[in-house]
Amino acid sequence: MLKGTVHKYGDNVDTDVIIPARYLNTTDPKELASHCMEDIDPDFVKNVKPGDIIVAEDNFGCGSSREHAPISILASGISCIIANTFARIFFRNALNTGLPILECPEAVAGISNGDTVEVDIAEGKITNVTTGKTYQAKPFPPFMRELIEVGGLVNYAKAKLGY
Amino acid sequence: MGQTITQKILAAHCGKETVEAGELISAKLDLALGNDITAPIAIREFEKIGAPTVFDKERVALVPDHSTPNKDIKSAELVKIMREFSRKHDIKYFFEIGKMGVEHTLLPDEGLVGPGDVIIGADSHTCTYGALGAFSTGVGSTDLGCAMALGETWFKVPETIKFVYYGKMPKWVSGKDLILYTIGKIGVDGALYCSMEFTGEAIREMGMAGRFTMCNMAIEAGGKNGIIEPDEITMAYIKGRLKRDYKIYKSDADAVYKDIIEIDVSKLEPIVSFPHLPENARPISESTHIKIDQSVIGSCTNGRIEDLRVAAEVLKGHKVHPDVRLIVIPATQEIFLQSIKEGLTEIFVEAGAAVSTPTCGPCLGGHMGVLAAGERAVATTNRNFVGRMGSSKSEVYLANPAIAAASAVLGRLGSPEELS
Repeated sequence: MLKGTVHKYGDNVDTDVIIPARYLNTTDPKELASHCMEDIDPDFVKNVKPGDIIVAEDNFGCGSSREHAPISILASGISCIIANTFARIFFRNALNTGLPILECPEAVAGISNGDTVEVDIAEGKITNVTTGKTYQAKPFPPFMRELIEVGGLVNYAKAKLGY
Repeated sequence: MGQTITQKILAAHCGKETVEAGELISAKLDLALGNDITAPIAIREFEKIGAPTVFDKERVALVPDHSTPNKDIKSAELVKIMREFSRKHDIKYFFEIGKMGVEHTLLPDEGLVGPGDVIIGADSHTCTYGALGAFSTGVGSTDLGCAMALGETWFKVPETIKFVYYGKMPKWVSGKDLILYTIGKIGVDGALYCSMEFTGEAIREMGMAGRFTMCNMAIEAGGKNGIIEPDEITMAYIKGRLKRDYKIYKSDADAVYKDIIEIDVSKLEPIVSFPHLPENARPISESTHIKIDQSVIGSCTNGRIEDLRVAAEVLKGHKVHPDVRLIVIPATQEIFLQSIKEGLTEIFVEAGAAVSTPTCGPCLGGHMGVLAAGERAVATTNRNFVGRMGSSKSEVYLANPAIAAASAVLGRLGSPEELS
């Protein structure tokens, strides 16, 4: 069970604001995390605590394919992202890097910045502890659940090649 | 039930007769691509798998183009990881500085991508190659790392939106304007998870440069891929270039589309996308009040020889405005040389432009033209997000090469028609 304080954003949070390209000369997760969201929310790094949850509206993670975006979010301590929709490359990258994501417009509408939220990833169940309301996210197709269960694409590839 | 070109290509690469939208498949790859920002992470993930080498040393392309020539020590270390990996695994298509170019212009010009291919690249603008009638899409580094080991990857078969462009294109209107207008019409997530199929008489009459530009920006509408059916223009382009066999696929007349959108291009004028989303598209005539500090002509979107010719045609006999820095970046070494041979480079330098070796540099605010707080640039690039070209307090306006060139002379957004 994941539990944390919500950092809420609007539509089209792009990968350039999640981690600006000027920091893409490193692949170190901690260094990337120290600049996470700085062009959209300069206080994010200061405020975020381990377990916290990002909630956003449409098309989260649009723009470039940089995996540095989910890497920096994960390393910042964020445990999960809930959005109306995700941009498709970000969606793949999140699954592949083990960053839990859920699509649930009802939850997004019912959660405010600063609320405390609890998430059961396996069940797709979202509870807004602040308001007491619960929401059910869309389930992943079986193949994607398998990817998540084996711990991401690298483990899947290992198994497929017999290593 | 008929199939779209995208469905047919994906079906052929997963050993099926047909595939349905929404179906999850594992498809064989004709090429996997990485650059100096994405490949180092892909290499790290590849090494975790434990595969002795890549699935095919002729089907992996590694292009150091984003922070090159190395802009700082950290970037140099990243390129070194790519170079050493390429040597260790005898990767045939690692492009060293002096031979490289902006990846999405370089690979088609080098004949490494062709009609009917399935291609992934750890770069979101990998969708560019759809202009050749290939299925091509961007992925992340872990996807690339696993693809380098497996030679295949998983896809959800996309639904397709068909765009029909009809009418005659007015002077100074290009593929860039059609795609900016289209993104303005449907929004930056208007084609989320979908294939964008570009058709119609305006596409059939458009050269390859404009087609590459349009498919390049499919991602800016959230698209999975942009695609154009091959025709005699495609054939003329690949002739003598393409290093592999190819196969032509076309959509069936009864193929199923999520939506069909018709656009009359004869009514368009050049488009400028205002900060901070590509969907903020406005006609140039409503944009002439915007003063600029910088103009950038280049990138995987508009750095081809045809783009440089248009820019030179506009700039010839003019000087860059004293308040503006104009930066021109040919996308590949071949284009750089061609630009010199045709006298275009001379026109740029005489006008007062800085001409650079191929690099993605300023497009992503990396180097070679980063903006300070409060500065504005017009650019032939593909994104105008907050902080994209530098300071989070700078602004980027997206336009075609003619507008970028004319604006550099005028000191504000404007059309070539305003130059005497």
